[in-house]
Amino acid sequence: MSAEPILELRNVHSGYGTIKALKGVSLKVYPGEVVAIIGANGAGKSTTLMTICGIIAAEKGEVLYDGKKINKVSPEKLPIKGLCQVPEGRRIFPRLSVEENLILGAFHRKDQEGINKDIEYMYSLFPILGERCKQHGGTLSGGEQQMLAIARALMTQPKVLLLDEPSLGLAPIIIQQIFDIIKDINEKNGTTILLVEQNANLALQAATRGYVLETGEITLEDKADALLHNPEIRKAYLGE
Amino acid sequence: MIQEFKKIWKQYAIGMLWLLGLLWPLLGIHPDGTLTFQKTFTVWLYILAGTLVCLFVYVANQGGQLRFITTPVDGVKKSISLFVKPFPRWVWFVVIFVLAVIYPQITGRYATDVAINVLLYICLGLGLNVVVGLAGMLDLGYIAFYGVGAYTYAVLNVTYGVGFWFCLPLAAVFATIAGCIVGYPTLRMRGDYLAIVTLGFGEIVRIVLNNWMELTNGPNGILGVKPVSILIPVFENGFSFEIFWVKKLQFFYYFALALAILVIIGVHRLNYSRIGRAWESIREDETAAELMGVNTFIYKLLAYAMGAFFAGLAGAFFAARMRFVSPESFTFLESAMVLCMVVLGGMGSIPGIMLGVVALIALPEVLRDFESYRMLIFGATMIIMMLFRPAGLIPAQRVGKRSEEKE
Amino acid sequence: MEYFIQQLINGLTLGGVYALIALGYTMVYGVIQLINFAHGEFFAAGGYMGVIVLSYFAGLGYMETHPVFCLTASFALSMAFCAYLAIGVEKIAYKPLRKESRLAALLSALGMSIFLSNGLMLTQGVYDKAYPSELFQGGLSFGLVTVSYLQMLIVCLTGALLVGLNILVFKTKIGMAMRATAQDKTMSALVSISSNRIISLTFAIGAGLAAAAGIMVGLYYGSVRYDMGFVPGIKAFAAAVLGGIGNITGAMVGGLIIGMVEIFGAGYLSGEYKDVFAFIILIAVLYFKPTGIMGENIDDTRV
Repeated sequence: MSAEPILELRNVHSGYGTIKALKGVSLKVYPGEVVAIIGANGAGKSTTLMTICGIIAAEKGEVLYDGKKINKVSPEKLPIKGLCQVPEGRRIFPRLSVEENLILGAFHRKDQEGINKDIEYMYSLFPILGERCKQHGGTLSGGEQQMLAIARALMTQPKVLLLDEPSLGLAPIIIQQIFDIIKDINEKNGTTILLVEQNANLALQAATRGYVLETGEITLEDKADALLHNPEIRKAYLGE
Repeated sequence: MIQEFKKIWKQYAIGMLWLLGLLWPLLGIHPDGTLTFQKTFTVWLYILAGTLVCLFVYVANQGGQLRFITTPVDGVKKSISLFVKPFPRWVWFVVIFVLAVIYPQITGRYATDVAINVLLYICLGLGLNVVVGLAGMLDLGYIAFYGVGAYTYAVLNVTYGVGFWFCLPLAAVFATIAGCIVGYPTLRMRGDYLAIVTLGFGEIVRIVLNNWMELTNGPNGILGVKPVSILIPVFENGFSFEIFWVKKLQFFYYFALALAILVIIGVHRLNYSRIGRAWESIREDETAAELMGVNTFIYKLLAYAMGAFFAGLAGAFFAARMRFVSPESFTFLESAMVLCMVVLGGMGSIPGIMLGVVALIALPEVLRDFESYRMLIFGATMIIMMLFRPAGLIPAQRVGKRSEEKE
Repeated sequence: MEYFIQQLINGLTLGGVYALIALGYTMVYGVIQLINFAHGEFFAAGGYMGVIVLSYFAGLGYMETHPVFCLTASFALSMAFCAYLAIGVEKIAYKPLRKESRLAALLSALGMSIFLSNGLMLTQGVYDKAYPSELFQGGLSFGLVTVSYLQMLIVCLTGALLVGLNILVFKTKIGMAMRATAQDKTMSALVSISSNRIISLTFAIGAGLAAAAGIMVGLYYGSVRYDMGFVPGIKAFAAAVLGGIGNITGAMVGGLIIGMVEIFGAGYLSGEYKDVFAFIILIAVLYFKPTGIMGENIDDTRV
């Protein structure tokens, strides 16, 4: 691990109007890692990711990416810098075709050839998307949509990929597939991954390190293995 | 803070340059094949100066540099409220009422005329407030009901010789029926569709009035509508009644005042009734209201009918006062103006709307020289109010506390 | 029969104009779910810019020597002017209200409409402004049916603009981004599409099309007036709703239908009530099929 974190949150507060969702979250993500944030419903996991991406403005604290403060950077500039999110619920553009969804992932890129090559690469990574390339995104099944969402994010050529609940609403076998792909991306492309999950077991198995988020605050931080074997975690999040 | 001001000034500069680019083609290109810059610059400089002053005041106020003005003003406000507090509310009502009663005695004919206008528009504004402010449905064809009321009296009076007092309830009933006819098919729609459909209905009414020559005499309008009459008991030669035509403006003023007071009381009572609460719930969240057992359709229709009812009453008075009606009086711009009054004053707030009406009727009368800028200012007012004070000059006071405001 | 064909051609001309205006409504609604009341004023402003530019050229004497150049220039300048106007209007009156209630934005739009039409009146005068009329005399006769050159120009130009817009929206990357923004603004931001720019672009395109329609109407009827935007604006909105608001193809079809209905209604039923037909269609569509004939899903609007 290199010493400089690629993504860092320092005492970040944010929320929706009068409701405070994050009350001083600090975390670090180092290049090449897979970091998992686990926590219950409403703990502020998605808010954390949305705050990193600038969709929700941080009221206090700093978000640092690559050593630079990105609090004031407007959200659409972040994918250009290599920070990309796969949001909760996939958010595929329902009335655009699969191919158009992928092309939009590369919206800021100008190298037409590279884009075409990447699309082909995505189709080889997710063959089902290739079969359905002319179909509207909204007509795909949940698992296919999740694959499309990840593929679309990869089209931005991210250095850091933020994944929000990739297992949400999917069948176990599909979930396993998705997590295999996530590991693959991390290992082959060296993409750093910040993963948010309710399914703590899966997330910690895939991750190198983990954070536990409870009602807007980080309560625990450790190596993923250690967290997996932490009796309190096992009791609270793994149902033992 | 300073950074924020920098941003404001930057945006302002861009905005003014944009305006210059917009004005020049409109003012500087002439059909004789010449281009001029003089006029554009003059106009632009006027606007620049005006807006600059406003912006300076705004920025200074935000930055607290105007404390030497705002502090004494706040002090005066405080002492006024301290002075006012010991008196119960009814004292003020009595004072306003007495002022309203003696008003035509102490002012001239012209001022009375304006006052009558204000009173009629108060009725209209409060009626529209039922629809927009209480039930939350944007109605852009509201003036049509006013027109229905006015034409009901005019047609019945001129063609059939029916008297005012008999026509007044009829006018209200016809307007209510018109309201139901408009309301019934449109109430299934969402807010913005509703707005455009009511606009369409308003236009249909105007076009019908304009073209139904046999009944309405088309664009020429109906002349010779009789004024309000009352029967006065006469005791000479035994006991009999004599018809007294209220032609004098002063007397008519009192009728309008009575109508306005009636409408104010009516709307106030509606606001705090079970029906008012139902409307409020529909405005805030229609689905939730329906799930809580509010029959949204009936209540929305009722809002429409009530709004139309008040407009119909005001319409009959309008016809009786002008003694002439024509479709010209019921255009979309009139609807927009009434709406502007409601928005300016504060949707759902009765004193607010009264203030809004006074502001938009009385001020243009004072600033006669700016007559042609009137609608321009109306439009700008609506935008500015929405941007800076969407709740209006006197925001409506809501009954009870709401969870999100408790903190 | 000749009368019928003649009316058909007239209806096509008018319908094309309505379609051009309706596109602006439908695109803006698709992207920010706002009925842009000021859109009719963009149309009127376009008509005025057309007359200003054409009269200027006429004053210089270019109209006789380079008629094609003058016409092209007037279309281009007036479309650019209206796009410029619309971008500013959006920034001033709609953008700050994007997070507020829809009623607030709607009222702001209404205020903007009143403001703009009166602004036009103050700068251009209350009275009708006549187009220089030397252009486009005559036409082709097929038996008893006459098609004026002007009608041909309007139909061809409308067709070209509609085709161009379709290509832009459905075939290019920027069109893809527009559709994506309409469907999900947050997600578009996450794939580096700037929704502010897309919204400005949408307003600019819509206003440009309306401006073209404004010149066509000005040429067709020979004059423009400051309040000419109001009634065609509502009718075009009716067309947009008829086609399913947010649906571009729907707006084109809807415009043609409204134009045809108006012309045939005026021709066969009653000329005085011609304005009423569009409103009745609007109300009927909203009552019986609020999603429009092209079947648009209300909860999920898009360009």
